[in-house]
Amino acid sequence: MGSVTATVAPPTDSNVTRWFRTFGAIAVSGFRRYATYRQAAVAGVVTNTVFGFLRYYIFLAAAGASGRVAGYDRGQLATYVWVGQGLLAVIAIWGWTELADRIRTGEIAADLLRPVHPVTSYLATDLGRAGFAALSRLVPPVLIGLLLFDVYLPRRWATLPLFVLSVLLAVVACFGCRYLVNATAYWLQDVRGPLILWTLFSGVLAGLYFPLGFLPGWLEALLRYGTPFPSLLQIPLDVLVERHPVPTQVGLVGVQVGWTVALLALCRLVQRRAERRLVVQGG
Amino acid sequence: MSVIEMSGLRKEFTVRVKVGRLRREKRVVTAVDGIDLRVERGEMLGYIGPNGAGKSTTLKMLTGVLMPSAGEARVCGLRPVAERTRLAMRIGVVFGQRSQLWWDLPLRDSFDLLRHVYRVPAGEHATRLARCRDLLDLDEFLDTPVRQLSLGQRMRGELTAALLHSPEVLFLDEPTIGLDVVSKQAVRGFLAELGRAGDTTLVLTTHDLADIERLCHRLVVIDHGRVVHDGSIAALHSRYGSRRMVVAELDAVLSEPPELPGAPLQRVEADGHRLVFALESATVAEVVAGLAGLATLRDISIVEPDIEEVVARLYRAPVEVGGAAVTGAP
Repeated sequence: MGSVTATVAPPTDSNVTRWFRTFGAIAVSGFRRYATYRQAAVAGVVTNTVFGFLRYYIFLAAAGASGRVAGYDRGQLATYVWVGQGLLAVIAIWGWTELADRIRTGEIAADLLRPVHPVTSYLATDLGRAGFAALSRLVPPVLIGLLLFDVYLPRRWATLPLFVLSVLLAVVACFGCRYLVNATAYWLQDVRGPLILWTLFSGVLAGLYFPLGFLPGWLEALLRYGTPFPSLLQIPLDVLVERHPVPTQVGLVGVQVGWTVALLALCRLVQRRAERRLVVQGG
Repeated sequence: MSVIEMSGLRKEFTVRVKVGRLRREKRVVTAVDGIDLRVERGEMLGYIGPNGAGKSTTLKMLTGVLMPSAGEARVCGLRPVAERTRLAMRIGVVFGQRSQLWWDLPLRDSFDLLRHVYRVPAGEHATRLARCRDLLDLDEFLDTPVRQLSLGQRMRGELTAALLHSPEVLFLDEPTIGLDVVSKQAVRGFLAELGRAGDTTLVLTTHDLADIERLCHRLVVIDHGRVVHDGSIAALHSRYGSRRMVVAELDAVLSEPPELPGAPLQRVEADGHRLVFALESATVAEVVAGLAGLATLRDISIVEPDIEEVVARLYRAPVEVGGAAVTGAP
């Protein structure tokens, strides 16, 4: 097979460019992989929409006759609900067990045999997935909100770029959390327990079931700085509905940056620990 | 320098065994029990042993997926676990029982992604892919998602995927498992072609000894985590006394069993019409000449030793302690 073994061409790009190119290629393939399941996307949109109506009317009831609750008016609540319903799939808060499944079946070996760190390659794939979800799952609920409800539209020029950054950070931070939950499979084999805990806590503490502003101020602050959950959903939505002045908006995104970096570092640490004791299942 | 070096390589697993109703006891199972082995560049090594002998465990340690309990391994001069990502660029791995392709992507997209993951220049990638497409007949299913491929098609895809970055060492863990005859031949033919070029080192574990006979000059047999044979297939035959047989069909039945020097009679079949001799020091011509003087020969045939039988005997034999069974490594 002589002709197959050609000499390696001298590298023309820097290592950083090549790293980004690899990362980009994995992300694009992630987009393609998820884009093959279009019917699943349609089913997801229908579910998100139904629950959007439920959540909006419950929040409206909480707001009462005054139409205001915890610093949100009716328009802001509408934006919070409908954009939130779209973001659920973008950050993929639930239902990702790919890593755990691959650990359980031993398929993880194939990931470890690649010249890319598993956290990096899974993150790239996840960003591709989030890209597809942004097109297929975020747009429809936002359109429904715009057409049927009197939603709040941002008034400051800084809000939109901050929101985009905040969503990106939320995706990465949520990936970090999911990776950690899945990585318990290295020790437990069966991740149903941690997954149930994750589903329970993430829904309540990320601000999905109700905006965390409904809670006492000290508790909201404790959750925001002491846990990563509000960084996943609550913060991007608060940034978008301009619940706080610009400096606070920026500060909130700063909190997300902190959590994102910490979570990714923890993922790498856990992965390294796991590899030391890894038993690849099956012959 | 050898491409693969192992010295005193060991792997122990702790398993919990149920004793009584609730109590569980920790027990240490040794999967690989001190293997010393060197493989030179371009060698094609058959690595065989019964189920649970430690073949896959060795391969996992050599590819950096599994941390050895003791001993050392070097592949391409690198420590597999500590330098796994660097090593990954230089080795290719095919697991017959699991896929390294992306389930939801067509084969073509998987290959394209691998080009980026391994940072292969586009031109080289195209040349290598074209060659694999040609040798492995990939064209008819290149655009099919991997999940829809048959096992034989998928395996041809896996082989291509493992070779696109032109690895120095190719590890194959049961690459022909579950394949039909045609696919097996395609895979073997492809690997033989790869071996002929001589710059890829190949380590092959299999239960199909035809793979080994067709491809490997060197055979390492392990059992209970230890090397029990290391040498050529011919050396295995001579060591375990497997010999070529001469089967002679005679017109008449001889009154007494003939004695031929250097070719003892093994069996008498077909009511004395068929005699089976083992070739020791005698040649086929000497046996024929010796028989011709006794009776009229109707037919004569030579049976090559059966490697399956030898290996079956090897697997059943008790393990000799202290590595005494290890024959001269090259």
